[in-house]
Amino acid sequence: MSDSQGAYFIPEPSRWPIVGTLALFVSFIGAAVMLNGSGFGTFIFGIGIAMVIYMFAGWFADVIGESLKGLYSDQVDVSFRWGMGWFILSEVMFFAAFFGALFYARVLSVPWLGGEGAGGIATHEFLWPSFEASWPLDVMPDPANFMVFEEVIPAFGLPAVNTLLLLSSGVTVTFAHWALKKDNRSGLCCWLFATVLLGFTFVACQAYEYYEAYHHMGLTLRSGIYGSTFFMLTGFHGFHVIMGATMLLVILIRSMKGHFSEKHHFAFEGVAWYWHFVDVVWLGLFIFVYWL
Amino acid sequence: MSEAVSHEDHHDDHDHKPTGIKRWLFSTNHKDIGTMYLVFALIMFFVGGAMAMVIRAELFQPGLQYVDPQFFNSMTTVHALVMIFGALMPAGVGLANWMIPMMIGAPDMAMPRMNNMSFWILPFAATLLIATFFMEGGAPAGGWTMYPPLVLQTGDAFPFLIFAVHFLGISSIMGAINIIATVFNMRAPGMTFMKLPLFVWTWIITAFLLIASMPVLAGAVTMLLTDKFFGTAFFNAAGGGDPVLFQHVFWFFGHPEVYILVLPSFGIISQIIPTFARKPLFGYESMVYATASIAFLSFFVWAHHMFTVGMPLTGELFFMYATMSIAVPTGVKIFNWTATMWKGSMTFETPMLFAIGVLFMFSIGGFSGLMMGITPVDFQYHDTYFIVAHFHYVIVPGIIYGVIGGVYFWLPKWTGNMYDEKLGKLHFWISTISVNVLFFPQHFLGLAGMPRRIPDYNIQFAEWNMISSIGGFVFGLSQLILVWVVIKCVRGGEKATDQVWEGAQGLEWTLSSPPPFHSFTVPPQVTDASAHS
Ligand code: HEM
Ligand SMILES: [Cu+2]
Repeated sequence: MSDSQGAYFIPEPSRWPIVGTLALFVSFIGAAVMLNGSGFGTFIFGIGIAMVIYMFAGWFADVIGESLKGLYSDQVDVSFRWGMGWFILSEVMFFAAFFGALFYARVLSVPWLGGEGAGGIATHEFLWPSFEASWPLDVMPDPANFMVFEEVIPAFGLPAVNTLLLLSSGVTVTFAHWALKKDNRSGLCCWLFATVLLGFTFVACQAYEYYEAYHHMGLTLRSGIYGSTFFMLTGFHGFHVIMGATMLLVILIRSMKGHFSEKHHFAFEGVAWYWHFVDVVWLGLFIFVYWL
Repeated sequence: MSEAVSHEDHHDDHDHKPTGIKRWLFSTNHKDIGTMYLVFALIMFFVGGAMAMVIRAELFQPGLQYVDPQFFNSMTTVHALVMIFGALMPAGVGLANWMIPMMIGAPDMAMPRMNNMSFWILPFAATLLIATFFMEGGAPAGGWTMYPPLVLQTGDAFPFLIFAVHFLGISSIMGAINIIATVFNMRAPGMTFMKLPLFVWTWIITAFLLIASMPVLAGAVTMLLTDKFFGTAFFNAAGGGDPVLFQHVFWFFGHPEVYILVLPSFGIISQIIPTFARKPLFGYESMVYATASIAFLSFFVWAHHMFTVGMPLTGELFFMYATMSIAVPTGVKIFNWTATMWKGSMTFETPMLFAIGVLFMFSIGGFSGLMMGITPVDFQYHDTYFIVAHFHYVIVPGIIYGVIGGVYFWLPKWTGNMYDEKLGKLHFWISTISVNVLFFPQHFLGLAGMPRRIPDYNIQFAEWNMISSIGGFVFGLSQLILVWVVIKCVRGGEKATDQVWEGAQGLEWTLSSPPPFHSFTVPPQVTDASAHS
């Protein structure tokens, strides 16, 4: 009765949501105490994160178990699709806030500080008359509290390589999907493995780039608005890549265990969507943060 | 397929109900979760209300009487945050949880476990927020809008404030995703989109607004966090950033947020008015389109909160005209509600009274909003009590009245008992008189120049403040009547029929009162006649 609406699967009462809530609660308290300068907070934060991981493992184990038992009708599958789609939209909007900050700084606030336009005259005239607008903004209006940097990461070096890595991982994950749809299990696992590998290689390159920026270029989070937007955008993106690659890894392990069928594999598709989203955000970063 | 709800085990659903604390902690039931949301919202309504009483007590007379200015500012800040994120939004989601599955003919929400988590986050997030009162440096006092650089001076409370906002945001986004998935995917056969009750429609649109705007708030407060602790320069002009940038990002969330709050209330009164006018809703389709256009436009008006920060002239003009244009779809809605009542055979039970209250008093707030939307005149009104009067008119008799009306409307369905009509009417009339005594004088104060968020004032403002405070105390106390009515109704009373109200139409009224634990285990067939009125 897989397509009968009467059989919509309603899960039994579950303890995972409340465990998840407590996990986040503990993590937030830990992080806050840590930021307020107490080492004890780090400890609490660690416990919280461990709880978060425990919750994810337990919750997903339940869901996978239910799925393997065949409890999920096509209708449940569609619910998951809507859920994942709208979740990705919310992630897009999260990045939109930081892209908005970047555009605002580049198009409006930095030129204003440099004296352009009616809105800019006062700050320029009265606060920092000698400030000259430029992008990348290597010398800030008041450099005293910020790191003045010598150079920025050039777009057509490592970032271009990274673009290639991510774009090809988008292709490999699609090949994996095609293989799955043809029930070609070894193809599925190989292409997925390649995707995971590309993903983590990207992360490694990104880590190397950060190392270079911090140690050889003087470009840090403290480098004024350029450093702020640069690290915030690439940092959150990198974090999402790590999450996405970990999810792909889980899918790879499940594929090796023989989960999924040609027709029924939403977990795979959801993760693939997520991966494409991470990919698209990177293109935005490459163009607007590194290149232009 | 034993765990799946199917026709066979429909009848012993009541027996499957888990018991004790586990029923609530581990719940995957939309009604139980809805109830928890509503109870939580009611508690927060009184917590936030207590803070409002402190504010009105201090403003009763000029001079500093009871609290020091820092604490006063904490009161205004936390009052707003508690009311918006702790009372109004949870109340809306609670009603959605209870009613949407019943209205669309579904057994439950699409993702019941996630539903549980979106509720349980709330008490913990509220704990993070309220615990700040006991921290070094006191609770946040820079205003609910959290503008830098002022908010960066918050003491130890600062990261707790930020994380509370993140936490609440996670809850709202999960709730919104769940509602969309439920409506898109769980409708009974025949329940096409254009047959959905308007409450469901307004909630789809609200959920969309939530998903699109809450993450932006999360981004904004994250930037505050890194500016304070990691040396970034987003809102620091010395590093090339701009404090005004925060205002842009915040209000990009903030204006859609006001519609997130008000649209469910619009939905509720769109259910109530046809019921008691015993006529179908006038202009159903135009209602849907008007709601959608309000939501769409709400993303392009944010800078009407920033007319005085020194935007370029084109910006001022654009946001003025965009703001004015929202009046058009809003006018359509007001017109339709009025036309629904035209020549209806009306009766005025408590829910109807509250709905008509919304219609009248939301409009007052809408008009003052239009006034402030005119850039040059807003230079006078901005940051005065005029704006306080404006948003309290749209929020208290515009949103809270909608929610309370909904509670009276559906209480018999939820509990199986009729509430005490006399007490309900008493509640309405005392609230309505006092809310106007409370907020109407604030228009005069604002026009005369009294600034908001200040514990002391010039003696020329004394009379109206005293009157306003008296209205405030009466309004605050009269809400206890609501609690009493609810308790009384839960404990017993005249039995309600399934249909409850003579003019009630829609699937939720075909279920028993109180309804079975899982609403529709077998999807009903929806025909034209059984759809919304
Ligand atoms: C009818 C359409 C509306 C218009 C044209 C409108 C216009 C405005 C304007 C121009 C302001 C800024 C005033 C100033 O800072 O000087 C404002 C503030 C505000 N409005 Fe409205 N508004 C409308 C409806 C609403 C609704 C429905 C709500 C709530 C549900 C609402 C809640 C608020 C709040 C909370 C503020 C104050 C924010 C703050 O500074 O703390 N408004 N409104
Ligand atoms: Cu607004």
